[in-house]
Amino acid sequence: MDCISLIKQLSTYPAISGNEKNLSQFIKQLFQEYCDTVEVDQFYNVKGIMRGENSNAKKVMITAHMDEIGFLVKSIDERGFIKFANIGGIDSRILLAQEVVIHGKKDIIGVIGAKPPHLLTVEEVKKAVSKDELSIDTGMKAEEVKKYISVGDIITLMSEPVALNEYRLSSKSLDNKAGVVALLGIMKELSVLKHQSDIYFVATTQEETELTGAITTAYKIQPDIAIVVDVCHGDMPEAPKDEIYTLGKGPSVGVGPILHSKLSKKIIDIAKEQGIPYQIDVEPGDTGTEAWATQVSRNGIPTALISIPLRYMHTAVETIDIRDINNTARLIARFVAIKEEELEGVLCF
Amino acid sequence: MLLKELTELNGVSGNEDEVRAYIKTRALEYADEIKVDPLGNLIVFKKGSSPEYKVMLSAHMDEVGFIVTGHGEDGTVKFKPVGGIDERILLGKKVVVGQKRIPGVIGCKPVHLQTNEEKSNNVKLKSMYIDVGAESKKDVEKLAPLGEVIAFQSKYTEMGEECIKAKALDDRVGCAVLMEMLKGTYSFDLYACFTVQEEVGLRGAEVAAYGVNADIAIVVEGTTCSDVPGVEKYEYSTELGGGAALTIMDRTSYADKKLVDYIYNLAKQHNIAIQFKQTTTGGNDAGKIQLSRSGIKVASISVPCRYIHSPVSVMSKNDFGSVRDIVQCVLNEFSKDQKIIHNIKFGGDVNV
Repeated sequence: MDCISLIKQLSTYPAISGNEKNLSQFIKQLFQEYCDTVEVDQFYNVKGIMRGENSNAKKVMITAHMDEIGFLVKSIDERGFIKFANIGGIDSRILLAQEVVIHGKKDIIGVIGAKPPHLLTVEEVKKAVSKDELSIDTGMKAEEVKKYISVGDIITLMSEPVALNEYRLSSKSLDNKAGVVALLGIMKELSVLKHQSDIYFVATTQEETELTGAITTAYKIQPDIAIVVDVCHGDMPEAPKDEIYTLGKGPSVGVGPILHSKLSKKIIDIAKEQGIPYQIDVEPGDTGTEAWATQVSRNGIPTALISIPLRYMHTAVETIDIRDINNTARLIARFVAIKEEELEGVLCF
Repeated sequence: MLLKELTELNGVSGNEDEVRAYIKTRALEYADEIKVDPLGNLIVFKKGSSPEYKVMLSAHMDEVGFIVTGHGEDGTVKFKPVGGIDERILLGKKVVVGQKRIPGVIGCKPVHLQTNEEKSNNVKLKSMYIDVGAESKKDVEKLAPLGEVIAFQSKYTEMGEECIKAKALDDRVGCAVLMEMLKGTYSFDLYACFTVQEEVGLRGAEVAAYGVNADIAIVVEGTTCSDVPGVEKYEYSTELGGGAALTIMDRTSYADKKLVDYIYNLAKQHNIAIQFKQTTTGGNDAGKIQLSRSGIKVASISVPCRYIHSPVSVMSKNDFGSVRDIVQCVLNEFSKDQKIIHNIKFGGDVNV
């Protein structure tokens, strides 16, 4: 699997939460290569099913969200500068001198300007810039801006994927395109592995806002088991050691109260058996992922969380190690391919 | 496109090789002599048809960037700025290291992992690092050795009908204008000086001016433009789209009043958009040229650049055109009547 070219392709579809329509059509095509049926629902969740060998098969659902953080156009001033609202959690400090694309009647490139340093007060030099002070400069006059851009148009960070050294990749929205690529990796693995259960792959929407895609998807599919694939914080200087996971050392398997303990343990056992590198991600409560919503759908769903370590989350230079994506795919594929009897043993208390 | 090609070259101060080679190749056909002096300034000489005076044009080839100063055990690169860079703009930006252009990103702790205290203050450069994908110190020492220079990664992009975005507009715009001027023919001797190390203290221009020993000098620059939201109108240094910016005074030089007035009036007469730079901050090669030998009369004509010294500087193509036109116009007038040069140099009357 060529991660870089896949991520490049996925990145060409702007997909901030609530605006995943175009990306969902593209993901549908990708899923169709491996799945027996693929459909896109009214929230643009893309659901692909790989049928298992058993006639009355269990439903195993694997989700990864496809939406990304970004912005909406809030207003356009008389000189053409654009004010914006955040979609998802974004640190204003990374936005100074950041390039963005405004998806209006056509794509317009803009830069988020900064007040020049010689005009800053001592206080301003020290203090983090607040979002209200920021605006987007398109280099166009107000009339021209208004011809192409309207209030409510979506804005994405501009950042082309770039390979770093041998195994690393840096881009915007690897949270959670890395997860979507992992789903495709699982499908590829399963295309040559026997599996008894029906595997429901879902690329979900609106995770970065209210987990809407996950909530509606879990309800609709009613799976017996759910596995959420997302990203976790990668190792980086000055970050708390117990909240970061080393890039290149494998996916992290979530353990904690909201995650099904026997399920997590089984996944870890399989990693050990197969010699797949993994790390343990201890989550004392809300994982900040779709697992939170999925677990409590209908009567409740045993849920596991597998995360790909990612540095600099919610910036234009999110960085992952492609080996971690491949190992995520291998691990989950080996798990979902276990016999249903064995699966039942895992699920009963 | 000249500006696209020029701005996509890397030439962090002290490492202007790419830019020098590019300009040298293209200047050959217009030059009578091309010289690279001991500091690396590229001096293109164009002999006049009846030379009585020497005119120096100056634009610097270098741009701001960074230099590798250390390596972390974890494979990260520690760095310091080369030239004046606003630390606030660096988090989450892309860079390239060395001539091989090894890609890297300036890392930052995600917002999710920050304390409230951390969130409300700016990150200091000394705690920043670059991630080039190395997994160990040994690895990174090979990829990004000590002393290697680092440039911003940024593509030249057209914005709307009027503007462009690029890195290093300061001062590839000047280089582009000088290259255009070389195409003309003049009665005086012209020295187009593409200088080095402006951003680290105007080092190149100091020796270039000494070497050329000109009668008059014009610096062509990219300058600050602060006409952005959050800035009061009276604080604007220049305005985007307001035309060529003429410096009266800055931190390093006091432009010759007679020369400045002459250029201003000439622009007005020829309907070329012109404005005065209205702040006295910043400085450029004019500061050193002015003080060369027993002193040289000098003026700076600049293209206003928003977000200067950042990977996303923005300028107006119209302003660039105005700078090119007024510099051309001045040279043409000097060429028609070299007495103007004489009078500016020795304090006689000059009228347009």
